[in-house]
Amino acid sequence: MSLSVFFQHCLTGISLGGAYALIAIGYTMVYGILRLINFAHGDIFMVAGYFMIFATATFGWMAGIPIMLICTVLLGVVIEKAAYKPIRTAPRMSVMISAIGVSYLLQNLTTYLFTALPKPFPEIPFLKKIFQIGPVSASLVTFLTPVLTIVLVVILVYITNHTKIGMAMRAVSRDFETSRLMGIKINNVISITFVIGSFLAGVGSLLYFTDRMSVTPFSGSLPGLKCFVAAVIGGIGSVPGAVVGGFVIGICETFLIALGYSTFSDAFTFILLIIMLLFRPTGLFGEKMIDKV
Amino acid sequence: MSKTILKVEDITMQFGGVVAVNNFCMEVHEGEIVALIGPNGAGKTTAFNVITGVYAPTNGAVYFDENMIISNFPQGKMKKMYAGENHGKYTKKVEKTPDQITKLGVARTFQNIRLFKSLTVFENVLIAKHMRSKANVFSATFRMNGKEEKKNREETMKLLEIVGLADLKDEIASSLPYGKQRHLEIARALATEPKLLLLDEPAAGMNPQETDELTAFIKRIKEQFGLTVFMIEHHMDLVMEISDRIYVLDFGKPIASGTPDEIQNNKRVIEAYLGVPEDE
Amino acid sequence: MKKTTKMICTLIAAAAFIALLVFLESNKNKYGMAVTVLQKGFILAVVAVSMNLLNGFTGLFSLGQAGFMALGAYAYAIFTIPVESRGSVYYISGIHPAIENIEFPMVVALIFAGLVAAAFAAVIGFPVLRLKSDYLAIATLGFSEIIRAFIASPQMDQITNGSYGLKSIPAANIYMVIGLCIVCITIMAMLINSSYGRAFKAIREDEIAAEAMGINLLKHKELAFVISSFFAGIGGALLAMFMRSIDSSTFKIALTYDILLIVVIGGMGSITGSVLSALLVTASKEWWLRFFDEPLTIAGVNIPLFRNGFRMVIFSILLMVVVLFYRRGIMGTNEFSWEGLFGLIKSIPKRISSLFRKKEGAAK
Repeated sequence: MSLSVFFQHCLTGISLGGAYALIAIGYTMVYGILRLINFAHGDIFMVAGYFMIFATATFGWMAGIPIMLICTVLLGVVIEKAAYKPIRTAPRMSVMISAIGVSYLLQNLTTYLFTALPKPFPEIPFLKKIFQIGPVSASLVTFLTPVLTIVLVVILVYITNHTKIGMAMRAVSRDFETSRLMGIKINNVISITFVIGSFLAGVGSLLYFTDRMSVTPFSGSLPGLKCFVAAVIGGIGSVPGAVVGGFVIGICETFLIALGYSTFSDAFTFILLIIMLLFRPTGLFGEKMIDKV
Repeated sequence: MSKTILKVEDITMQFGGVVAVNNFCMEVHEGEIVALIGPNGAGKTTAFNVITGVYAPTNGAVYFDENMIISNFPQGKMKKMYAGENHGKYTKKVEKTPDQITKLGVARTFQNIRLFKSLTVFENVLIAKHMRSKANVFSATFRMNGKEEKKNREETMKLLEIVGLADLKDEIASSLPYGKQRHLEIARALATEPKLLLLDEPAAGMNPQETDELTAFIKRIKEQFGLTVFMIEHHMDLVMEISDRIYVLDFGKPIASGTPDEIQNNKRVIEAYLGVPEDE
Repeated sequence: MKKTTKMICTLIAAAAFIALLVFLESNKNKYGMAVTVLQKGFILAVVAVSMNLLNGFTGLFSLGQAGFMALGAYAYAIFTIPVESRGSVYYISGIHPAIENIEFPMVVALIFAGLVAAAFAAVIGFPVLRLKSDYLAIATLGFSEIIRAFIASPQMDQITNGSYGLKSIPAANIYMVIGLCIVCITIMAMLINSSYGRAFKAIREDEIAAEAMGINLLKHKELAFVISSFFAGIGGALLAMFMRSIDSSTFKIALTYDILLIVVIGGMGSITGSVLSALLVTASKEWWLRFFDEPLTIAGVNIPLFRNGFRMVIFSILLMVVVLFYRRGIMGTNEFSWEGLFGLIKSIPKRISSLFRKKEGAAK
């Protein structure tokens, strides 16, 4: 592998990792607050792709992007209100099953509405512009993804650490009941978590599908699982952890494919997950919890 | 003097920077009823959890029936952080798991009742018999252990009669009234055939009449099953009435031990419970 | 109800069931769909009960069922495809010489399939079962995907035929398939009602209390995991036997989800619930709800909703309704009993009249 090819793969990996990171944040935030693996998150990301296709077809891409983001956010909040809120006090297994149910519904619904055939993702001219740096060439989206990811994460970290709602979110993730007693409006906090998570999934979807050019009803499930793995590797509940996890998985995957092990690239993600769970179950940045007896 | 059944040596339990139990030593002799008292947050339940193997202590050792069941010393990160005493006295790591300790003959109840909520009263007690069953999974599945199963069921029934739950045997555990749930938890512990019974606040949430009944009940089962009892309790009437000896824990540190009379007149104990007058 | 009455009821039901099977088998051409649904339903029931053993009875949320089924299905298929037709199956890369001439009789191959899945479960169980609920779910899901990736990989071409899948798997008749399924389910039911089953339930209810009762957590979790995988493996083998050709895409995560849905609809912690639900779900999915996928014309007007894929949408909505409003599923944690059935039948007139009374009350 020559140096320029190496850099080319690095760039692709970082770009993929950036999109993964954005989705992983959604998992990590929801898990931090509700202790729920939001299995539907990957499908929200997929549906965002469809939103983008139809919004662009009707309004052009400039209006299409904000419309897509708004629709995705609404979808996320509606799912929370309809499928998670009614069973919030139920055992964790039931909530997780509800999440799997939502994922199942979204996949079947999109298959029904748009058929299982891949739909072309709109090309956004300026994102596709090719840049040349030395021997390495890539489209703008490849450069933009990691930058945008970092910017969004910095904003997010600022929100969680320095605003009132951020404080409320941290409090809720520590102790649900006590925060409620302290007068925090739990429902608002949870809704905002889903708003942020879905917004980032929308952005991630835009960046991810621009590179891949088509959407199918199942194109969310595997990336979804991988991003959850990224969140676990980074330490579930930790936003910077999710970002690091996203980049690690994106880069590793790109290199495995480049080396010709594409059949194992998905399996590798899970091998990484299992190794992580065995040696450091709390992830890179996670905190240890002690069960009280 | 009868032989020592439980010996706790220099137990220190440190969670991060917080020392929950500090250098705790105590002994329980066969046939005694010993109580552990102390204000809330003094580290009593933590001490229990160390003895039953739920938490590994940071330092110290526990002996049951003269065998070491637990021993640990500060390791890894804890080496530097360790704030307790007797650093370096223990060098062995022995960690029996809670189920092994139960098998040796130590049974316990929990401060906030932990029954198998959706199972019946009968099943709750019968489960304790599983541990001593000789059947393997194959012979149990194909019912080749009929005799043993029958014996276990009979013994369970007998136990339920003794604790007065026989007529409630098919009720779901979580539907029992609070007091009965406490009794069931004790019955379940007895079914493991223990030598030493650890009770974590058995009278918590009980009114005076129920507490009196419990006092009599503990005395009765102690005689009937030849038990040694070690308990945490806040109800002083109960503690003073049935304990042979009492240990007092405050801020993780043992501050006194002795007979009920000695404890009642101990200045430090009174201070721990009532505080020190300001003008002194 | 007397024991003898119950016995008679059971015998009548069993006889009726066998009569039904004989009838269907002898009129296969006319009732092809019923034969298919019954077989597939029972096979999925085996896997659903095996998943229930973990999720519903031991409280371990595992999502690895499809992976263990894949192991079982491949282990069965590789050793039962007749030696003479192997050349045409492995026509691309050829078959590995070590397994070229080994052919097992059906029952041996079935048990072997279960053992392969169980052995794999035993190996991964020790590390994985230390994990807490949702981590366990995601780790088992991960293993199931890893198994699938390895089966489909070109490096395994000479054994699993890679992504081309295996075909020419010998078929068995309906009595064999359903009989084997019933045997498997019965064995699992007996396990659940034994002293080990009680220990599993104790772990589900409260791990710390179970440990305080002298139950070795890891040992019992491992047991439940291995046994569940054993039967999932057999379930996979039965599926291979039924479908006659398999490939790795049969065993995607979606298959695990399908089985989970069967377990949830039947009731977590009910064996008869799982069986009932497996039959109902399979029948609705493959048969009764088919018409949702066909174009529908009522009085000359074409109803636009009815087209390909609508059935699955209805099915997912149904599932969400169960999850959200009937969380206990069909049976909850109860099991089928004749008393329960007769009690239900007797209560029907009362229920209907109370329904009417409610409506009257609302009207007033």
